[in-house]
This record gives sequence, C-alpha cells and structure tokens, in this order.
Amino acid sequence: MKGASKHVIVAGGGVAGMEAAGSLAEMGYRVTLIEKGQDPGGHLLQWHALFPDRRPAEEVRGYLRKRLNHENISVITSTVVEKIRHHGHDVIVNLSGGTEERADAVIVATGFDLFDAHRKEEYGYGIYDNVITAAELEEMFSMGKVAKADGTLPSRVGFVHCVGSRDEKVSNNHCSKVCCVTAVKQAIEVRKMLPACEVFCFYMDMRMYGPYYEELYRESQEVHNINYIRGKVSEASVNISNRLVIKVEDTLAGRPLKMEVDLMVLMVGMEMSKQGAGLAVASGLETGVNRFLETGDHHYGNNVSRMKGVFYAGTCTAPMNITDTISHARAAVTETVRYLNGR
Amino acid sequence: MSVRQANRFGFGINQSRQINYDTSDRKVRDYVTLREPSFRLCFACGGCSATCTAGEHISFNLRRMITLIRRGEIDLLRDEVTRCMLCGKCMLVCPRGVNTRNVVAMTAEAIRKLDRNEL
Ligand SMILES: Cc1cc2nc3c(=O)[nH]c(=O)nc-3n(C[C@H](O)[C@H](O)[C@H](O)COP(=O)(O)OP(=O)(O)OC[C@H]3O[C@@H](n4cnc5c(N)ncnc54)[C@H](O)[C@@H]3O)c2cc1C
Ligand code: SF4
Ligand code: SF4
Ligand code: SF4
Repeated sequence: MKGASKHVIVAGGGVAGMEAAGSLAEMGYRVTLIEKGQDPGGHLLQWHALFPDRRPAEEVRGYLRKRLNHENISVITSTVVEKIRHHGHDVIVNLSGGTEERADAVIVATGFDLFDAHRKEEYGYGIYDNVITAAELEEMFSMGKVAKADGTLPSRVGFVHCVGSRDEKVSNNHCSKVCCVTAVKQAIEVRKMLPACEVFCFYMDMRMYGPYYEELYRESQEVHNINYIRGKVSEASVNISNRLVIKVEDTLAGRPLKMEVDLMVLMVGMEMSKQGAGLAVASGLETGVNRFLETGDHHYGNNVSRMKGVFYAGTCTAPMNITDTISHARAAVTETVRYLNGR
Repeated sequence: MSVRQANRFGFGINQSRQINYDTSDRKVRDYVTLREPSFRLCFACGGCSATCTAGEHISFNLRRMITLIRRGEIDLLRDEVTRCMLCGKCMLVCPRGVNTRNVVAMTAEAIRKLDRNEL
C-alpha cells in the first residue's frame, strides 16, 4: 500500500488524537500516538453521559478504543511531546525523558485545559465546600450520587454559566461553546436523580448552537422544570445557616436577586492546554489572541499549521464538542494525506 | 400608575410607552462614547447591577441605564444617574472591562450640558 512506509506521529490522545490515529491507520499509514496521561481518552474519560442525547460516555470511549486497536498504531503513554522541528523531509519530535521520534508528518491534538475555578475568587471555589465544577458534578453522576459535602441531599442547585469564559477579568474573551448545553444536560440529570430538588441556571446568553441542543433546552423546561435566570452571578457567600447565597441581577425582571442554594456548580470553560502552549512556544507554532493554536486560515485551512508537515486536530485550535472534534480530526487526516502524497 | 406618579418619571399617562428610535435623542450616548469608549462594550450581563450597593435599596440600575442611554431615553435617567456613589465596585466585576464609574460620571456631565443646551 502506498502509505505503508510513511509514519505519522499524533501528539495527544484525546478524542481528536484517537480518531486521527484510527483514520490514518485504516488508510495504511504507520502511526505513533503519544499521550501524556496513563491512558488515551483525554477529557472524555471524565464525562458520565453526553449531550445532546445523554448517552453513556462509555459508548463513545468504546468506539475510540476500537479505533486505536489497529496493527498500524503504536501507543506511547505517560509521555509528553515537548518540541516539534524539521530536519530535511522529516519532522522530529522531542519527548519527555529525552528521546526523539522521527516522522513524515505530525498531527497536534493536545486538547484543552478546564478553566481553574480558583481564579474566580468571588465564587468561593476551594473556600466553600459546596461550590463545585461541572467536571466534579460529572464525577458525582459516575458515582451515582449527587450530594453536598456533608453527604446530605441538596434541595436547591444553581448552575453558574460562563465561569472563566467571556470574561476579560481572567483574560478569556472567548465563549467555550459547550458549557451552556452541558449545564442544561446536567440540570436535567440532577432533576432526574433528585426529583424534589429545584434547579436554576444563571446565564448571560443561552448558546444552543448544535443539533438537538435547543430541543434539549426546551425539554428541560417542559419536562424537567428547570428555571432560568438571566444574569451574571457577581458573587457567592455563606450565611449563618451554612447555605450558599448567590448574588445576581435578574436582568429580565430588572432587579437584584439573591438566592440560597445548597450546591453551586461552576460551568468552567475551555482554555488552551498548558502542555499545548508549552509545545507551541518550544516549536515556534503560532497561537492566536485566545491563546489556542492559530490555524493557517480560519475558513479553509483550519487544520493547517504554518509549519510544513504539521497539522492540527480538535480543541487545541478552539473549543468544540465531540462531534466537531471527530470531524476536525478526520479533516486533519485529509490534509495530512494530501501533504504526504504531494511530497 | 397615577398621573402624578407618571409625571414624576417625565411622561404623561397617555404618551406612548414605545421607544421611538427615530425621534429619541442619542446625543448623550455619543457624548459618553466619545469620552469613555469602553461604554460600547457592555453586553448587559447585570454583573454591575448585582454588585451595586446603591441598587439594593433604591431604584438604580447601571445595566438598565446603559441600555437607556443607548436608546436615547434620557428622561428616565435624570434622577437615577445622581444616585451612584461612584464607589467603583461594579468595575471590579464587569466581564467586559467597561469603565462603569466613568460612564456614570460622563452621563451626568452630558445630562447637565443637555439641560443647559450645551450639547
Ligand atoms: C464540562 C464539559 C463537558 C463536556 N461534555 C460533552 C458532551 O457531553 N458531549 C460532547 O460532545 N462534548 C462534551 N465536551 C467537549 C469534549 O470534552 C471535547 O470535545 C473533547 O474532549 C475534545 O477532545 P480533544 O482530543 O480535542 O481534547 P482533550 O480531551 O483535551 O484531549 C487532549 C489529550 O492530549 C493530551 N496532551 C496534551 N498535551 C500533550 C502533549 N504535549 N504531549 C502528549 N499528550 C498531550 C492530554 O493529556 C489529553 O489526553 C465537554 C466539555 C466540557 C468542558
Ligand atoms: S457556552 Fe454558554 S456558558 Fe459556555 S462560555 Fe459560551 S455562553 Fe458561557
Ligand atoms: S460605582 Fe455606582 S454603579 Fe458602580 S457599584 Fe458603586 S454605586 Fe453602584
Ligand atoms: S457588568 Fe459590564 S457588561 Fe455587565 S451590564 Fe454592567 S457594564 Fe454591562
């Protein structure tokens, strides 16, 4: 087969890296997938059920694991790709531990980091026990129990949108795209687990951009009685009865509002990953004002870097959901193959 | 609302409640925007108005005020703008980096000028 002798390194084994590796292997290329963590999977390993249809995340993990299980793929875990450079026709990557790997092309799929909620001090994450992140709520779903820190059940839960996104104060002007629909999905799950619990989402805009997202939002009102309050939460505190108090303006009523809740869930956004940023700096790969990897063209070169033989897949370029990440990874493979065939 | 109450807000009971964008006066908006360009950045999240100590007790709402300035509905602002204590708390929360305190100061200045026919 034509591609058989050609070797592609995929840096990062999340959804994007696994799909890219699988597609390339299927076409006959030799692939080395290098993943920093102990196992491939990336953030998907942390999710319990997925929007928009609330299917078990395990189904998608299973699909991707199968994709990786191919004789053309070798997987190296617990290893960081530290630098990418050119040497003649080759692309050389430097790995943690001081080793090097040679390839004909590289796909960077280093993903995102969750926004560190400590940075929004006014929300009291790390100070108040019952302030948690969306990722921690997923963990609770996986354990099968949503509870307060003392083990008792919450009777009111508040979701705070846009934590670390659309906020100049933390240098993130971008929208993380997936957190609105994640909040809707999680709100429904809380109501299903705890039918007596009231659920509120505090949002600035409801960004239901994907297929079946708006429908999920509608269902959340029609079937699950989720309440929506339009306003950016300005702060949270704890009162004498040890309940969290949320301060917000109900902008549609035009009046300040305060509300006691038992559990406050911060919808932390996506940021360029630290490992990805380190790789970009070391390799001279350009990043944009939002600090994600800058692609060759925003419309028709969205998988192309400005370094020959280096391509991008997934959320290292911008926030996106799993569906778009998989499509983006397949497109990166197309660009890579085009490059290898033309060389 | 009684006629007397209505008059206090600067409009008669029979007057339309509609914002007539073609006849309303946006000189104040232009004055504020020129002197405080960050005024343009507000996306009406209500962070400032949630934080504002003044707004908890009296009818004062910076988020709403900004929208009214943009629409040219100045009559409603005359009283309100004087209620800000210029403490600057709102500036600490604004996710768009609006210099809210200066917006209030410039609005007050613009209205003073407007009333003296200097705008
Ligand atoms: C709270 C939350 C809930 C979500 N829920 C859903 C959902 O229900 N449905 C949905 O469609 N989407 C969901 N998403 C989006 C989904 O998580 C992403 O689309 C997906 O994880 C992106 O995959 P990725 O491969 O681009 O990045 P990642 O998942 O971040 O994977 C990147 C991988 O690269 C590795 N890596 C990074 N740098 C290096 C390096 N230098 N060397 C080696 N390895 C490296 C990392 O360890 C990681 O394993 C959610 C997102 C969030 C924030
Ligand atoms: S998707 Fe929603 S919650 Fe997330 S940053 Fe965008 S507007 Fe905010
Ligand atoms: S500066 Fe004015 S608007 Fe801002 S918080 Fe203080 S009183 Fe409220
Ligand atoms: S906090 Fe800033 S963006 Fe939000 S309503 Fe106030 S001025 Fe506008």
